[in-house]
Amino acid sequence: MSSYLMPVLEMAAPTLEWRALAPVLLVFAAACLGILLEAVLPRRLRFVAQTTLVIAAGVASLAFLVINWRAGYAGRLAMGSIMLDGPTYFAWGALLVFGVLAFMVFAERSLNGGATTFAASAASVPGSADEAESSAARHEHTEVFPLGLFALTGMMVFASASDLLTLFVALEVFSLPLYLLSGMARRRRLLSQEAALKYFLLGAFSSAFMLFGIAMLYVFSGSFDLRVIHAAVGGATTGPGLIFIGLTFIAIGLLFKTGVVPFHNWTPDVYMGAPTPVTGFMAICTKFAAVVALMRVFFVALDGMRWTWQPIFAVLAIATMVVGVIGALTQTDIKRLLAYSSIAHAGFVLTAIVGANQQVVAGQATSASSVFFYLAAYGFATIGAFAIVTLVRNPAGEDNTLAGWSGLASKNPWVAALFALFMLSFAGIPLTGGFIGKWAVFTSAWQGGYWWLVIVAVLFSLVAAYFYLRVVVVMFVGEPAPTTFVGRASAWTWIPIIIGVVGTLWLGLLPDSVMQLAAFAGGFLR
Amino acid sequence: MTFPWLTFLGLLPIIGGLLLFLPMGKGAARTLGLVFSVATLAVGVAVAVMRGSGVDLSVTVPWIRAFGAWWALGVDGMGLAMILLTVVLTPLVLLAEWEPPAGRWSAQTFFALVLILEGLALFVFTSTDVLLFYLFFEATLIPTYFLIVGFGGERRGYAALKFLLFSLAGGLIMLASVVGLFAVSASQGMPSYLIGDLASLRIDGDLGRWLMLGFLIAFIIKAPMVPLHTWLPDTAAASTPGTATLLVGILDKIGTFGMIRFCLGLFPEASVWVAPFMMVFAVISILWGALAAIGSTNMMRLVAYTSVSHFGFMVLGIYAFTTTSQTGSIFYMLNHGFSTAALFLVVGFLAKRRGSYDINAYGGVQKVAPVTAGVMLLAGLSALSLPGMATFVSEFLVIAGTWARNPIVTAFALIGVVLAAVYVLAVLYQRTMTGPVTEQTQKAFEGRDLTGIEKAVMVPIIAMLLFFGFVPQPAVSMVETTAKATMEYVGVTDPAPVVKGAK
Repeated sequence: MSSYLMPVLEMAAPTLEWRALAPVLLVFAAACLGILLEAVLPRRLRFVAQTTLVIAAGVASLAFLVINWRAGYAGRLAMGSIMLDGPTYFAWGALLVFGVLAFMVFAERSLNGGATTFAASAASVPGSADEAESSAARHEHTEVFPLGLFALTGMMVFASASDLLTLFVALEVFSLPLYLLSGMARRRRLLSQEAALKYFLLGAFSSAFMLFGIAMLYVFSGSFDLRVIHAAVGGATTGPGLIFIGLTFIAIGLLFKTGVVPFHNWTPDVYMGAPTPVTGFMAICTKFAAVVALMRVFFVALDGMRWTWQPIFAVLAIATMVVGVIGALTQTDIKRLLAYSSIAHAGFVLTAIVGANQQVVAGQATSASSVFFYLAAYGFATIGAFAIVTLVRNPAGEDNTLAGWSGLASKNPWVAALFALFMLSFAGIPLTGGFIGKWAVFTSAWQGGYWWLVIVAVLFSLVAAYFYLRVVVVMFVGEPAPTTFVGRASAWTWIPIIIGVVGTLWLGLLPDSVMQLAAFAGGFLR
Repeated sequence: MTFPWLTFLGLLPIIGGLLLFLPMGKGAARTLGLVFSVATLAVGVAVAVMRGSGVDLSVTVPWIRAFGAWWALGVDGMGLAMILLTVVLTPLVLLAEWEPPAGRWSAQTFFALVLILEGLALFVFTSTDVLLFYLFFEATLIPTYFLIVGFGGERRGYAALKFLLFSLAGGLIMLASVVGLFAVSASQGMPSYLIGDLASLRIDGDLGRWLMLGFLIAFIIKAPMVPLHTWLPDTAAASTPGTATLLVGILDKIGTFGMIRFCLGLFPEASVWVAPFMMVFAVISILWGALAAIGSTNMMRLVAYTSVSHFGFMVLGIYAFTTTSQTGSIFYMLNHGFSTAALFLVVGFLAKRRGSYDINAYGGVQKVAPVTAGVMLLAGLSALSLPGMATFVSEFLVIAGTWARNPIVTAFALIGVVLAAVYVLAVLYQRTMTGPVTEQTQKAFEGRDLTGIEKAVMVPIIAMLLFFGFVPQPAVSMVETTAKATMEYVGVTDPAPVVKGAK
């Protein structure tokens, strides 16, 4: 009888390696729990509950990551959709650390007179009575924390996805919360909403491209599995047309998230419009996840096509450096400047990917490990820099104009000095992590035979150094701007800044430990 | 495990500098800064003594294993000369800048930055790992930048940025070469950045030439040679005399130091290949610097241009490839540090009283402030390499050594010696110190000859110059070891003496 009602379908329950997947699952569970808390807790308790949950989930997840790593867990998980290998470990660790630090800045309430930097009621029309009412009632969106955790979950899966379908789902999972978060700024709400809309439309476009590319690769190889695609590329019997189209379109999707020219257009507007803590989160975590996914797809699945994509990426790397660096030269807004700087950094990272040095020799760096180190150094500086951006204010709110930053050193030498340190790290000046990172990616490019790319990159580093130093000059030599002041922040902002400083110096002076970790994590499993 | 003296030597002033960022009174800060610089001097002398008695001070500890980079410090004759120059000049600069210019950052910050700079410079001179050297080479730019920005004159923002961008340009070109060295070393098996390991690779051919050029361009910018010298006069004119002393006296020496240690020490074949061009460039620098000095009206710019000329002599001696000329060059590096310090600081003392670096603002100072004038004369005579001054010995060695290699080039270089007399005596000394006493001079210098502190600064410098002038042998034999080792490694033999009339 029952067989008559139920369709006969042999469906084995998927097997999940709970323990090995625990870091992702914990973050995901915390995000779900956070949504539940929103529903059941009274407003006044939500903030404490959510922040506690974020920190606890982050710490627990990191702890599991370390324990699993010690225990030597590795291999394909969740029926082949996730690969737990060195790069996954490093990416998860970095995403958790930088993610939690960024979420801490979300929680800052001292700077805005007791409110977070997020809109009191993001759904109300800007300038409406509703908005004024909810502001006056001191409402706040504590949903930003679960949203952030969902994004983090997506990023972690994105960096470890071993089949293209998981990759795509993860992309959407981490993108959607980011679109929302971008539109939730308390000040300059229209700008923020415009940024969110732009990000959403362009992001949707690029997702569509990527999906199309995935479809082509599926048609070519008969599978979403990176391993199978690799084998199909090696023993290709069908014509190359499909794979070229597939490669191109999947690259567009991944390069969009990485912020590589010509798919970078969203970056300046979104970085500027989004609430600064969200920008900080996107600047490092999105980039980190996207770069790892990019490497995974191209190193694992499309390795056999490297002669095709290496020159293309080399050209894109140069274009990215040119646009990022030249664009940054003319900026007068500090967040836009950092956005262009992030584009330039994507170009520098790409040089190592072009090198495609995948030969794993014990204790030596591969392209992936150079990229990891670079992004770790970039991450500490980014977290710190954006946290400091939230501190510099005028009576209307954050002051992001370069003119407003003029003479900052005479008002608060420490804040100016710390920001200068982050600028120096971005510029790749020694004694900061940025230098070792830059040097590592250039080495990878040279070892891959792209010495000319190194020379081009070095020249653009010089131009890049100019605009970073311009910020330093403005802060230290400029006449003090009349209305700007440095806000008094709580530990929610200062802890990320201090960790950013310590991390930047640590990676600059004693990089060996992290470099060893990165070298250990330098080989993708297939 | 023996005590890591070289690490301690570099760390001591850095620790002192960092301590000075803690809040404290102005008097306490300056005293503490001076104490640290004197302690560093003591450690430096101790290092010299230990080195002299044959103690092996070198340290080699893994630093970044994945890249074959080591925390490797060591000291040879040339390094020791540079260490001594640095540790002696720093306390004197601190004394000379006891009262940094008003309206700028605090004296405490100045002392802190100078000490940090000293530590970084000491590490530059002791690093025996290419990456480590590069790291400190670039790191010295940061405190120097802030010394210019925080305490300099009118166009300090512009000058500091120009200095930094020129230096970074050189540094980044060098970075490409450093990265290339890694690729070469890694392709041989175990990557290593130790100078010793790299030197044994003997990187020749086109690759060696390109990599060498990356290093050389950086060092040409650093030891400013025409046409990449334009940052120096601007920077010197916009910084305080103390900063200029450290910059030209110590930091620019990294250029010539690097040429010997890295260009010659890692790429012997390529260095021999480039030597003729470098000798021509050196002569152009000598003459250009001297002529520009004669044409200067700003005393800081004048001193900076004399240094361009003097760096020309050092480079000439290095690329003449004779033991004599290279010994002379290294000795010159030491002496020029003291000589240029004397000039910059005495110019600073003048400007402190008169409030101007313009030569035309002075006249007849000798009659009002004879001690100042006397010190200025001695400093000037050391700049024109008068016999009896240490600079004479080194310049003579350079010229004698180079003559044996290439008399024509040397003949042109000798014009520079004549021009030196012009810019020192006819321009710098005569127009400021002699002649009728102007009203402003009377007002500025009446009863305000050199103070006790200022004398305490100048006496050791002049004494050093005279001591090395009359007793050059200990210093010469110390630096000669480096010259001999370099010549031997490069594989060039000294030209045979030509005996006239012998058939």
